[in-house]
Amino acid sequence: MRPADLLASSWRAIRSHKMRSALTMLGIVVGIASVVLTVGLGLGTQKDVSEQIAALGSDLLIVSPGSSTDESGMRGGFGSGETLTLTDADALASEIAVPDASDVAAEKTASLSLEYGESNWTTDVTGTSTSWTEVRSRDLLYGSFFTEEEATAGASVIVLGAETAQELFGTTSVVGQDVTIDGEAYEIVGVLAEAGSSGETSLDDMAVVPMTTMVEGLDASGNSESVDTIYVKAASSDVLSAASQETTGLLLNLHGLASADDADFTVEVQDSLLDAATSVYEKLTVLLTGIAALALLVGGIGVMNIMLVSVTERTREIGLRKALGAAPAHIRNQFLIEAMILGLSGGAVGVILGVGLALALPSVLGSTIVISGLALVVSVVVAVGIGAVFGVYPAARAARLAPIDALRDQ
Amino acid sequence: MSAPVIELTGARKTYHTGDIEFEALRGIDCRIFPGEYVAIVGPSGSGKSTLMNILGCLDVLTSGSYVLAGEDVSRMDEVALASARNRRIGFVFQQFHLLSSLTALGNVELPLIYAGVAPAERRERAMVALQRVGLGDKSRNHPGQLSGGQQQRVAIARALVTEPAIVLADEPTGNLDSHSTRDVLGMLDELHAEGSTIVLITHESDVAARAGTVYNVTDGQFVGAGTGIAK
Repeated sequence: MRPADLLASSWRAIRSHKMRSALTMLGIVVGIASVVLTVGLGLGTQKDVSEQIAALGSDLLIVSPGSSTDESGMRGGFGSGETLTLTDADALASEIAVPDASDVAAEKTASLSLEYGESNWTTDVTGTSTSWTEVRSRDLLYGSFFTEEEATAGASVIVLGAETAQELFGTTSVVGQDVTIDGEAYEIVGVLAEAGSSGETSLDDMAVVPMTTMVEGLDASGNSESVDTIYVKAASSDVLSAASQETTGLLLNLHGLASADDADFTVEVQDSLLDAATSVYEKLTVLLTGIAALALLVGGIGVMNIMLVSVTERTREIGLRKALGAAPAHIRNQFLIEAMILGLSGGAVGVILGVGLALALPSVLGSTIVISGLALVVSVVVAVGIGAVFGVYPAARAARLAPIDALRDQ
Repeated sequence: MSAPVIELTGARKTYHTGDIEFEALRGIDCRIFPGEYVAIVGPSGSGKSTLMNILGCLDVLTSGSYVLAGEDVSRMDEVALASARNRRIGFVFQQFHLLSSLTALGNVELPLIYAGVAPAERRERAMVALQRVGLGDKSRNHPGQLSGGQQQRVAIARALVTEPAIVLADEPTGNLDSHSTRDVLGMLDELHAEGSTIVLITHESDVAARAGTVYNVTDGQFVGAGTGIAK
């Protein structure tokens, strides 16, 4: 039998049962579409996170109070202590002590309620220095950041995130207006350009005030010296590790500690955050792909089910073909190819559906979906493979039918 | 006389159903020569269906031998049997057994597909066979668009297309009205006149009367074998 005739024969059998073939394909379609989507969603999220972290700067050191070192199992409290102070920040800003740092900005943040007329909005208000825009790579949409003079004087000035301005005023063009915090009026001198979100915290829903204003007016923690985070921007990403060592050395010295093992602070590099985030999203992708694989397995079982029904229903046809000279291999191949065509068609439709959803969903979900060409090709190959694997048993059954019994079947 | 097309020697077939043994054929000897028109008659349960399956290479003997067109098919495996059916035997069944998804021409082409004949030659040969049974103008019709008699003629064309050693017709008129029955039997007469070897299996003696030789099967044996026309 010629291969072209075998293909034509299988194709005709599928076409003569359009409804059933379509329903069989449906399982594969759903499975492949979910594979395309989950892989795309995983890759997209990974890309988003990488971009956000890269936007923060790959030349940035983040100094947090407490320590995450837990080799001894004794110390924890990462990010929760009050071991970092304004003095530390000032010392780090010294060009002599930390020559590889270009800018330093300490942050002290409190969640406060901002009011304008009838509207009020609770957001994170951060006290910091004028170097903040440089260190955090932020631009201004309107107005300007507060000046060195305002910072030193502890002036009642505030810079709003775009989302915060929108929530309070319904517009972002609010420079020159006042917001009230705890009954005190603060003049809006600038509005930050949008920067998206980093994990759960929005970079656009926030407000920034001079550190002095924060410490002397707004902060209710009672500890005027402590800061939440100190950002150290290295002169370039090449000297990042040098800057990290200098920072660690200086802080150990200031805190009177002999060894880095005793450190009551943690110096992190953005890259390590990126690695951590990537590994999380890789695990997520594996999990989602596992679920999609289950969907495919169910689809494959559907193919097997329908092929078995098809063999039973076409017993007489099989008998006739055998009587006319079809060898068992001819019958087996025909059913196998039918199953593979179902897999291929289901896979192709699934890929189209998956890509369609991948193009449509981001605007609804607000998340990025990356369509990977490799994933598409692999999906279709897998779909054909599923057809083949789950077609083997029904095909073998068809091939084994004895022609006389098959012909006699009513 | 030339060598026989069919040579059955001591043909026995025993079926086992659980512990029960059933001897469907109990030693049949039979020689059919080229150009013969043979009818095998017998009541149901006589073993004539078993004999038809054996002659058609659809089943194998328990003991004895079967030589078909010079080939001993009694010890062949399934693949070789399929090939023997394809090359040597043209089947005509009671229920026609046409595939409804194919046209008349497509149905006639089927045996040639399994023989590996190229499409152009296949189509031509199938067309010739259809013309031979007088259905050249119905080649594009599907079985559902044809009468019972026409469907059986398509089946006869399918049986002829491979130029088989024998045409094996199993109750070919069992599902037909009297008009179509005459039509189909006339067709077989014509084939016989043109030199085809025909083996007709039937339980109707007036159908068998058309054949040159009639074998009566009873209890798995020939009774009064080869004695011309049995009434």
